[in-house]
Amino acid sequence: MQLTALVVLRVLTGWYFLYEGLVKLLSPSWSAYGYLMDSKGWLTSFFIGIAESPVMLEVVNYLNIYGLVLIGLSLLLGVFARAGSIGAIVMLALFYLSHPPLMDVSYVLRPEGSYLWVDKNLIILASVLVSGVVFPTSHRVGIDRILQRKKKR
Amino acid sequence: MANQSEGRRDALKTLATVPLLGAMAYGVYKKKQKEHYNRQAGNLFNVGQEQAERKVMDNKLLRLGVIGYGIRGNYLMRALGFATPAQLEDWKWQGSQNPDDTRYQDFMEQDDLNVRVTGVCDIFETYAREAAEAGANLHRELPGGRMDQTPVVYKNYRELIASPEVDAVIIATPDHWHGEMILEACRNGKHVYVEKPLTWTVPETYLVEDAVKKSGVVFQLGHQGRQIEINHKAKAIIEKGLIGKVNLIEVSTNRNDPNGAWVYPIHKDANEKTIDWQQFVGPSERIGEYQNYMNEFGLQRFVGPDSREKFSLERFFRWRCWWDYSTGLSGDLLTHEYDAMNHILNLGIPHSATSSGGVYHYKDGRTVPDVLQTTFEFPDRDLALLYSATLASEFNRPRKIMGTDATIELGSTLDVIVDRASVQYKDKIEQGLIKPGEPFYRYASGKSIDALSSATEMYFAQRGLLYSYVQGKKYNTTFLHLREWIDAIRSGSEVSCGIRPAFEEAIAAHMGTRAYLEGRTMYWDPDKREITRG
Repeated sequence: MQLTALVVLRVLTGWYFLYEGLVKLLSPSWSAYGYLMDSKGWLTSFFIGIAESPVMLEVVNYLNIYGLVLIGLSLLLGVFARAGSIGAIVMLALFYLSHPPLMDVSYVLRPEGSYLWVDKNLIILASVLVSGVVFPTSHRVGIDRILQRKKKR
Repeated sequence: MANQSEGRRDALKTLATVPLLGAMAYGVYKKKQKEHYNRQAGNLFNVGQEQAERKVMDNKLLRLGVIGYGIRGNYLMRALGFATPAQLEDWKWQGSQNPDDTRYQDFMEQDDLNVRVTGVCDIFETYAREAAEAGANLHRELPGGRMDQTPVVYKNYRELIASPEVDAVIIATPDHWHGEMILEACRNGKHVYVEKPLTWTVPETYLVEDAVKKSGVVFQLGHQGRQIEINHKAKAIIEKGLIGKVNLIEVSTNRNDPNGAWVYPIHKDANEKTIDWQQFVGPSERIGEYQNYMNEFGLQRFVGPDSREKFSLERFFRWRCWWDYSTGLSGDLLTHEYDAMNHILNLGIPHSATSSGGVYHYKDGRTVPDVLQTTFEFPDRDLALLYSATLASEFNRPRKIMGTDATIELGSTLDVIVDRASVQYKDKIEQGLIKPGEPFYRYASGKSIDALSSATEMYFAQRGLLYSYVQGKKYNTTFLHLREWIDAIRSGSEVSCGIRPAFEEAIAAHMGTRAYLEGRTMYWDPDKREITRG
C-alpha cells in the first residue's frame, strides 16, 4: 500500500515534468526569457543576466526543455530514477530560487494560487525527494527493477 | 510454474507505468490538433510584410549642424551617437547602481551613422558648450578620452545654416522658431530634420510647405512614431479590411508629473548674461502673424501675460506653457496622436475640428490648457477622431481604432479584439474559434502571439517581457527616424514624414488650437486650402 502510494506520487510528478517539457518542445517560439526576466528575490541579477545573454539564454532554453522531458520520462517509467530525481530537485530548486514566494514580491506572471514562503515548486521538490531518493520506488516498480537486478548479477 | 508467475509479475512491475506514455502521447496529439485549428483563426490577423530591408547605396560622411540643445536636441544628438563625456560617465555610474538602467550600454552599442556634427547653436551658453562637447565626442569616450574636432559654436542660427561645413541641419528649438529656421535652411539648400510641430503660426505653414517643395531639400518632421512597428502592423490589418469599417478612433495623452506638464527645471547657470534673450524673443514676421491673429479674433487674454521683451527664466525654460512661443497640447502631443493615425489610416487634413478644455490643474500662470479635448471629423471617410488629454493623470488609455468587425488597441502591444456583433467573423465566433470581446491576437516586438495557445506569452508581451530584441537588435525609434532621413539624403530613398504629412499635421493642429482659442468649430476648405469658420 505504501509502495503504491509512493509510486503514484512519483508517476504523477513524472507526468507533470514530461508534459511541461513536451509543450515547450512543440512550441518553437518558446523561450525562458520572460520567466527569467520576471525573477525576483535573492538571485535576481543572476537570472536576469542569463536572460540578457543570448548565448546563455539559448543554453538554458535547451537544458530546460530536454531536462524536463528526460526527467519526466525517468520518473514516469522509473528508469535511472535516482539521477532523474536529483535532476528534478536541482531544477525545482532553481525555479524556487528564481521566483521565491516572498512576502513583498509580486510577479508579472501571477502564480495560480496564493503562496507564502512555500510554493508549488517546493512541495514538488519534497515529493521527488521522498518518492525518488529517500524511497527508491523505481527499484520495485519501474524499469530500474531490471537494471538493478542486472547490476547485482 | 512458480518461476513463470514470478517472471510475469516481475515484468508487470517493471513496465507497469509504460502505458501512461501512450496516454500522454494521445493527450498531446489531441491538444496539438486543437491548437492547430485555433491557430488558423489567429493567423487571420498576421498580415503585412516585415519592414523592407534597408538599402544603403553610399555611406559618405554627412556633416550636420544642430540648432537647439535643450531636452530634445540633447536626445537627438544622443540618437545620432553624440553625448558629452560627463553624460556618459553619469550613465555608466547609474548603470552600475541599477542593472535596469542600460542607457550606457545601449548608447555604446548603437550603430555608427558616419556623421559628424560640424556646427552647433544654442542661445544659452552652457547648452551651446555642452553641444560642442558632445559633438566632439565622436568615439563615445568617457572624460579624459580621445576627442575629435570640436564643432563650431555659432551665436546665430543663420551663420550655422550658411556655413559651407554644414550639409544638413537638425532643428530642435521652441515652436515659434521652427518655421523661420526651415525657411532659412531651404534658402541655403540644406536638408532639414525638424522637431514637431511643423509651425507656430498658420501663415508660415504655407511658406514652409512651398519652400521645402521648391528647394528640393530632404525634409523630415520629427514624428518618430512613424517607425513604431505595431503601427505598421495596424496599417496592414486595416488595409486588408480585417477590422471592418472604421467610424471612430480614440487617442489620448495622459501625464502626471511636472516635467510632463512642461514645468522643466531651470538651469543654475542661466541668467541674462548667459542667455541671448534677443534671439529667444522670436522672428518678427512670425510674431506679427501671431499678434494679428490674436487681435483680429479678440484673443488677447491668451497673449503674454508678460511682455515678450522682458527677460524670464521661466519663459525661457518652460516656454511650452505660453502661446507666445508654444502650440500647447495641440502642437506638442496631439500631433503625435494625429500623425500616428494619419500614418495608419492616411486621413489627410480633417474636414472640421472642435476643441474644449482649460487650465484645470497647473494654476502657474500658463496660458495653454492642461486638459484638452479635440474632435476631428472626416465625413469623406465616415469617421471621427477623438483626442483627449490631461496633464494630471497617468491613467493608461491605449489608442483605439474601432471597426465594425474588430477593434485594434495600440499600447505597448497591438491587440485585436473581435466584436461580438461582427458579421465577418460570425461563423468563427459561433464555432468557438474566436472569443469576442477580449484580446484575440497580439503583436509585439516582431512576433505574433496566438491568444488561444499561449496565454503566458500574451501576458508577458503586454508587459514588454517577451522578446528583448527585434531582429537581434534593440532600436530606438528616434534613431530609426533620423537614420531614415540620413539614408534619404545619401541615396534618395523615401522619408516617412516628409512635407505632405507634415503640412497635414500642422494644419490639423492649428485647426484644433484655433477651435480651442476661439471656442468654435474650424473647417478646412480643400479648394481654397485655408482654415475657415463655417
